[in-house]
Amino acid sequence: MGYAHTVGGATWRFADLKDLLAKATPSRSGDFLAGIAATSAEQRMAARMALAETPLARFLDEAVVPYEDDEVTRLILDTHDRQAFAPIAHLTVGDFRDWLLSDDTGTPEFGSLAPGVTPEMAAAVSKLMRNQDLIVVAKKCRVTTKFRNTQGLPGRLGIRLQPNHPTDDAKGIAASMLDGLLYGCGDAVIGINPASDGLPAFMNLWRMMDEIIRRFGIPTQSCVLTHVTNQIRGIEAGAPVDLVFQSVGGTQKTNESFGIDLALLTEAREAALSLKRGTLGDNVMYFETGQGSALSANAHHGVDQQTLEARAYGVARHFKPLLANSVVGFIGPEYLYDGKQIIRAGLEDHFCGKLLGVPLGVDVCYTNHAEADQDDMDTLLTLLGVAGVTFVMGVPGSDDVMLNYQSTSFHDALYLRNVLGLKRAPEFEAWLEKMQLIGPDGRLLPHSGTNRLLSAANALAAP
Amino acid sequence: MSTEKPVTANPWAHLRSHTPARIALGRAGPSLPTREVLAFGVAHARARDAVHLALDADALEAQLRVDGYASARVQSAAPDRATYLARPDLGRRLGEQSAGRLIPKDDPPDIVVAIEDGLSAVAVQKHAVPLLSALRAIAPQRWAGLTVVIAQQGRVALGDEIGERLGARLVVVMIGERPGLSSPDSLGIYLTHAPRIGRTDAERNCISNIRPEGLAYADAAARLDWLAAAALGRGVTGIALKDESSAPALE
Repeated sequence: MGYAHTVGGATWRFADLKDLLAKATPSRSGDFLAGIAATSAEQRMAARMALAETPLARFLDEAVVPYEDDEVTRLILDTHDRQAFAPIAHLTVGDFRDWLLSDDTGTPEFGSLAPGVTPEMAAAVSKLMRNQDLIVVAKKCRVTTKFRNTQGLPGRLGIRLQPNHPTDDAKGIAASMLDGLLYGCGDAVIGINPASDGLPAFMNLWRMMDEIIRRFGIPTQSCVLTHVTNQIRGIEAGAPVDLVFQSVGGTQKTNESFGIDLALLTEAREAALSLKRGTLGDNVMYFETGQGSALSANAHHGVDQQTLEARAYGVARHFKPLLANSVVGFIGPEYLYDGKQIIRAGLEDHFCGKLLGVPLGVDVCYTNHAEADQDDMDTLLTLLGVAGVTFVMGVPGSDDVMLNYQSTSFHDALYLRNVLGLKRAPEFEAWLEKMQLIGPDGRLLPHSGTNRLLSAANALAAP
Repeated sequence: MSTEKPVTANPWAHLRSHTPARIALGRAGPSLPTREVLAFGVAHARARDAVHLALDADALEAQLRVDGYASARVQSAAPDRATYLARPDLGRRLGEQSAGRLIPKDDPPDIVVAIEDGLSAVAVQKHAVPLLSALRAIAPQRWAGLTVVIAQQGRVALGDEIGERLGARLVVVMIGERPGLSSPDSLGIYLTHAPRIGRTDAERNCISNIRPEGLAYADAAARLDWLAAAALGRGVTGIALKDESSAPALE
């Protein structure tokens, strides 16, 4: 079905829903690379006006990626909850924006809405929203998950401690772990991106993190971010696996390029659940996503990258993750060119994730070949903190020495807590206080020589 | 006004001997001390510059010749760095004039090595030739006298077209990785069995962070040689081929 809108006497036509979405999306390099972006600013606005008049129900009849070709489309449509959709079933996309922003739509309404919203509906309405709209609506959504602590509570911010090392050196990883813990970080997860690619190396990493977590009774969870098949093999070999990680995308072909499908994710989740390692809850999955992954895999079907990113959250939510993370500035300038595009995408991703009921965190980050710097990251971090982001990364000094990019630091976490009054996960906050690392106000205490963690740091340095 | 020092030092600076990560930086309130803000700024400036430096293909070709490698030179379909950064699709295909320079031999090679600038020509310039030497030291029968292709403005997948054109059973891409603040010169290796246009990343094996401060040449060479032998022996690369080079040998 075609779409059209007349602006000032000129009529703009759009071939189908995916064309309309692509033309309406805010300008970014990846959609130009794919050859699907609006070719003028006026065309973009005409598309937004046509999109505003499109009924939400239309999204249930017209799939942007064909149902028969794509298991992600089938997952989205087959699991759509008509009852949850009922309160918004009569709305257009434009009306949906007003409804989301309305003072009468609060956190309780959002709680029951998520299963009725498809990723494409979330993406569509985001394209009509300014940055402040994305912030105010996301802040109303609440997504709470549990493993050994509680993520997503209001007024709280989690940090993934990311202690990567260029050669997976055990002492090097432990040094960064201790640095992060001593800075009060690591409640979302302690997650290592391994440099190596073999089960023996992964086994060492799982065991090393498990030993530190158990030795100090840290209410947190660990993860080795390797391919899901390695984690299944690890579980079979007796590894102490807390969270199972996988990168996911918004189309079946993207997931094939990652070497996965939905059945494999189901198998991995069941393997992790079988270990029963969560003490408070059974959210055992950790997903990463990022705008541009489908185009990078030549698997985008002519759909804009932000809509496909929302579809990746459709995949994620099916597996009830503890955490999902948009690595927004990681994929490179061919998808998000500069600080302005990265900031916009970060807010869109967080909004879409939360609206869909996914515990979204954001890797506020950039690469050295993008036109971005620390000032841009400060801006995005602050906006996401205001929007109620579930978690962000904690990398020593912002410099990931294994993945070669800049993310947020332990200091950035202190900054955000300082200016916005955000606390850590309650169980982790209590542990830090018990360990005499923070005071009752949540601020770091001066380091005492008798501190157990600091003693561990000293022991690590001993020959 | 407080007479305390404004910077809180971290008494675990000795742990820096275990990692190049920026740990124990101390803090000024919630933020970094001035010294660290400036150190970070310098590193970022260097990494930005590294992205834009061009590969000196003449020098690389001369070094390879000394070590007994004949090399062909090609360029991707991206004519310059600006296009390369915005159009990865062009970096994955050979430029029109380059395609004709790769002429298959009657007896196709098992392995073709493609040396590509990627996002850090500095990495390739420094590490590609020493890595080849380390490989020859381990397994000269596999790594001496190979076909080498030097590619400019190249992405990883450009190796698929290079390998396909030369009829290789395995293509080994040595490419400059995205420069990090602490590592503007990190080399990555990608192995792809039966290379042809359209291979996905799940069909490759990767070894990253090769540089003296990261994964040393000898260790990288040992892993690469194990993977190459396994790839040729089993006829696969990617997730079907796990790196078990450091596993204890099974009976």
